[in-house]
Amino acid sequence: MSELNTKTISELAEKLAASECTSVDIVNDVLTAIDARDAKIGAYLTIDRESALEQAKAADAARAEGRKHPLLGIPVAIKDLLNVKGQPCTCSSKILEGYTAPYDATVIAKLREAGAVLLGRVNMDEFAMGSSTENAALGKTSNPWNLDHVPGGSSGGSAACVAADEAICSLGSDTGGSIRQPAAFCGCVGLKPTYGRVSRYGLTAFASSLDQIGPITKTVKDSAILLETLCGLDAKDSSSIDMEVPRFSAALGADTSLAGMKLGLPKEYFVDGMDPEIEKSVRDAVEHCKSLGAEIVDVSLPNAKYAIAVYYIIATAEASANLARFDGIRYGMRLDGKDPAELYGKTRAAGFGSEVKRRIILGTYVLSSGYYDAYYLKAQKVRTLIRNDFTEAFKQCDAILAPVTPTAAYRKGEKTADPLKMYLDDILTTPINLAGNCALSLPCGFTSKGMPIGLQIIGDAFKEETILNVGHAYEQTTEWHTMKPEI
Amino acid sequence: MAETNQGMDVGYVAKLACIDLTDEEKTLFQGQLDQVLQYVEQLNELDVGDVEPTAHAIPVYNVLRKDELGESLDHNAVMANAPSSANGHVRVPKIIDQ
Repeated sequence: MSELNTKTISELAEKLAASECTSVDIVNDVLTAIDARDAKIGAYLTIDRESALEQAKAADAARAEGRKHPLLGIPVAIKDLLNVKGQPCTCSSKILEGYTAPYDATVIAKLREAGAVLLGRVNMDEFAMGSSTENAALGKTSNPWNLDHVPGGSSGGSAACVAADEAICSLGSDTGGSIRQPAAFCGCVGLKPTYGRVSRYGLTAFASSLDQIGPITKTVKDSAILLETLCGLDAKDSSSIDMEVPRFSAALGADTSLAGMKLGLPKEYFVDGMDPEIEKSVRDAVEHCKSLGAEIVDVSLPNAKYAIAVYYIIATAEASANLARFDGIRYGMRLDGKDPAELYGKTRAAGFGSEVKRRIILGTYVLSSGYYDAYYLKAQKVRTLIRNDFTEAFKQCDAILAPVTPTAAYRKGEKTADPLKMYLDDILTTPINLAGNCALSLPCGFTSKGMPIGLQIIGDAFKEETILNVGHAYEQTTEWHTMKPEI
Repeated sequence: MAETNQGMDVGYVAKLACIDLTDEEKTLFQGQLDQVLQYVEQLNELDVGDVEPTAHAIPVYNVLRKDELGESLDHNAVMANAPSSANGHVRVPKIIDQ
């Protein structure tokens, strides 16, 4: 077996260009890997076999006619909250049973335009609410590094399929860490773009002031290739920004010097309760960047500790409004009632899982008359303080280095009974969404039990180029990203 | 904010959110959400009286477009998703009692 499924986008692009393989070969190898492993991993909710092979044939034909794109003929797995025309889009929720997407999300249209092969849709926490993919109504996903452990979440399927070589790359979404945390747990590269970089048209909205779509890949270079394809202004998403999209991948060459680069180290980011093995790996990574020529400076993010409180007010408030559309009227599940109110109440009771119900209720409460100022408005003000911290920090440095999570992937079931405990794990990722910045998560070590550890490189707004350059330099001079789990 | 958290009535708020809860869910969520509300009380440590609230991370104001006829989604594909429909319309239970 040629095992093309184990390769990266850039490796496959070279092989395709040199006619050493076809896109059909790649898709066949990926499908073989899915057949061999996905019963254990549980990453996929639906696999579009025939369609994927047809798309691969079309990509091979286009290549023969001279078309070029690094994603031409590359299979991509899609988090199941992105609309792909003619396919289900379940958000891993029972309430979207029977729904068929009547249109393509903008990122899907961009992938099609590039000639990428849409392979299938992968599991997630219901409506992206969760950090372990255990809040999924339609499937169970395991961490490829240890099947008893969670893959992280909410983009758990997107990270697990890439780590298990059941996809070359995938799309996830990140509202409070949902790309970076599973990427860290599964040993992949995950990038949350700056708010406004990527159109969210066709993304099922969770918290509209925080959501971003981004890539999960095997290398930083691949992250750049996928990202530059997804970015850009879209008339269908008024929060997307009219700004030139750099060719991120072109800047990533053989030069691994970080000379002239100032990297900030926030003392508040080495929180109480952090696994010492995580702290050590991240501090080693900082030293490594120093050895590549970077100057390390101390920075302070004093309000980062309030991020969880702010996040769980703002995100749930926005979710309570966004999820009002799931009412059993126009699509999905319906439980009939004698009047619309009874229909809504019964449908939403049967269709939503516990975590989604909890968050809708919390969000409704913090927005309700009499509590709005005390909770929602206050949270928005503290959000300003968190943003200001980053603005100040980026006056002193080009990028910030930090852990992604306080612990590595944990055993399934360990935190499901205590929602607050699960929320607290998002302490290192949520500040970036609240501030609207970009951040990259990439492998920087393993725990003594063999679970991957992630390094977070945080950039100022629209400085994806910087964090990709730092990440690439680190990756080119370390071996962590080459490690593969035994499945 | 200390005065606000006199305990949320989960049953009442769930009704506002149009979700029928079982008694077990009410008890479970009440305890869990009280804990979360207690946790967010820490924001009271901060004096944010003069701070401007942030609604969006990137300042974007009034994005307008020309009022022109464009392409819409395929009506049949959209209607195919409706749990109940007739003559190109979504069917719902009677709203006004006669």
